[in-house]
Amino acid sequence: MNGQKPSLPTPPLETHEIDAELLPKLVAYLRQMSVELREKWVSRISEAQLLGVMSPEEIFSEVKAVYDNYVDALETGSVESLQAYARDLSERIIHRGVETHEVLGIVLLLRDVLARSLFLRYQDDPELLDRILDSYEPAANRIAVTVGVSFVEERERVIREQQAAIRELSTPVLQVRDRLVILPIIGAIDSQRARQLTEQLLNAIQANRAKVVVIDITGVASIDMTVANHLVQTVNAARLMGASAIITGLSSGIAQTLVDLRVDLSTMNTVGDLQGGLEEAERLLGYKVLHSDPAPPDRLA
Amino acid sequence: MDHETCVEIESDADMVAARAAGRALAERLGFSRTDGTLIATAISEVARNILVHAGCGEILLHDVHERDRHGIVVVARDCGPGIQSVELALQDGWGSSGGLGLGLPGARRLMDEFTIESVPGDGTTVTMKKWRARDPLERLRREREQREQVWA
Amino acid sequence: MSVPILKQGDYLIASIQSALSDSEVLELRDDLAERVGQFRARGIVVDVTALDVIDSFAARALRTIGSTAKLRGAETVLVGIQPDVAMAMVQFELDLQPLHTALDLEEGLAVLRRTARGGDDDGP
Ligand SMILES: Nc1ncnc2c1ncn2[C@@H]1O[C@H](COP(=O)(O)OP(=O)(O)OP(=O)(O)O)[C@@H](O)[C@H]1O
Ligand SMILES: [Mg+2]
Repeated sequence: MNGQKPSLPTPPLETHEIDAELLPKLVAYLRQMSVELREKWVSRISEAQLLGVMSPEEIFSEVKAVYDNYVDALETGSVESLQAYARDLSERIIHRGVETHEVLGIVLLLRDVLARSLFLRYQDDPELLDRILDSYEPAANRIAVTVGVSFVEERERVIREQQAAIRELSTPVLQVRDRLVILPIIGAIDSQRARQLTEQLLNAIQANRAKVVVIDITGVASIDMTVANHLVQTVNAARLMGASAIITGLSSGIAQTLVDLRVDLSTMNTVGDLQGGLEEAERLLGYKVLHSDPAPPDRLA
Repeated sequence: MDHETCVEIESDADMVAARAAGRALAERLGFSRTDGTLIATAISEVARNILVHAGCGEILLHDVHERDRHGIVVVARDCGPGIQSVELALQDGWGSSGGLGLGLPGARRLMDEFTIESVPGDGTTVTMKKWRARDPLERLRREREQREQVWA
Repeated sequence: MSVPILKQGDYLIASIQSALSDSEVLELRDDLAERVGQFRARGIVVDVTALDVIDSFAARALRTIGSTAKLRGAETVLVGIQPDVAMAMVQFELDLQPLHTALDLEEGLAVLRRTARGGDDDGP
């Protein structure tokens, strides 16, 4: 390596470092020894107790693919297809709890298994062995870095996705004041999330004895028929529970969509912005003057 | 299919039992409380139809599993007079014998799938399904648990 | 099991204690029709907190309670509809005219007082 930073997309292996006439020899040897070396690699993997969540059959088939890709990368000097494979593999195994140290561990084991076999093969000719290892080591290290980085990047992507999912699942219903709750909806809503939001809101009406709910959809970019109908249903269900709903933050785009979808807005109380909605809510709550607790009722015969 | 329940419908107390059985199975299958109520309400309608229009019959409940989803299946069957026109019966407000004709169309709106097979003179079978989509997080967790069980 | 009906001032309060069969629903309907006349009640609160299903039959019976009472000059409020039941009723597209709805007993009585003063409906 010439001190270049291992940034992605990974530049090709520095093939000039691999002796032009040695390379075919080395590759041919590794292909010829493929079965034996793979077996050795698998046994080192299980000795090291890596990949515990995968079955022996699965490990075997992945090992074959990784080995072939590995040797191809040595031969062509390009890590691109290895990188693609590593990403794909990572995506499959991250969900099952394979850890970063395991992935690094197995790639380094392969590097060592191959290095050892090269050593055995060429130990009688120390000078040739030296040249072979000089070519092999940087390439092998580069491959290890590629696989490791692919895995970590893939893992970060999965974690980001999970975090986004969790954020969306947990839109809070806020109690602003006595008998008034607000549900600020932010982000994309599909029908499943709409259902969850409805359940949260209706439960909050009960828990807070809310008389007015403000549903603020300022943070919602677009809406489809299913979600629009769900909104109408939510408002109606709130009414059955004795609470009035006010919808705020209806963008002109969404309002137009609702009209196009022929969603019946006539029964909905819509107010331009959240501030206006809260004022309307206070007005509605102000109506309520009587607040005497009922005397215990007398039982009829 | 891991769970199967059958409730005979002969009296209006049986309808209450059928609703409760539907809710219990829905809960066991991981449906939300709201979904359990939707399912119980739909069961109530088809069970009443058995009682009112056919005299007696049964409600069969079981689970169904596919790759990305699982669900509950409700089968209501009887050997009553059958339905002359299934198409009409599914329209809001169409009913024979004094009913308002709201039961079947309403039940259909509560469920994801709804089919009626009826041979006049030979009985009626209403099959309703509700699916439960697994959210991605749950799917990951489950897949991982299953693997851990298998390869433990 | 029949539903206890309490009298409080001008109002009747029926609080359902558990899931009801169809015949129990009809019994409640008839009991209330009778008592409204008997006590010249000005309003009825039906507490449905314990009902885990309100289907077309129950909704129809409850509406009948409302319209019978109205003929006698009394308003009827349903209180305690549970969140999941509310959602099911909406998806079913059940109609509750001419009933009012409120969160709980206290709110239900407030609605009756308000309608007695000439306020129009169950809006807060
Ligand atoms: N199990 C059945 N056997 C025979 N006929 C049936 C059966 N179920 C439904 N039907 C027929 O289909 C019609 C529509 O059923 P649906 O439940 O929609 O309305 P309904 O029972 O008449 O009234 P509601 O359910 O509103 O009280 C019924 O009037 C009846 O003629
Ligand atoms: Mg019916």
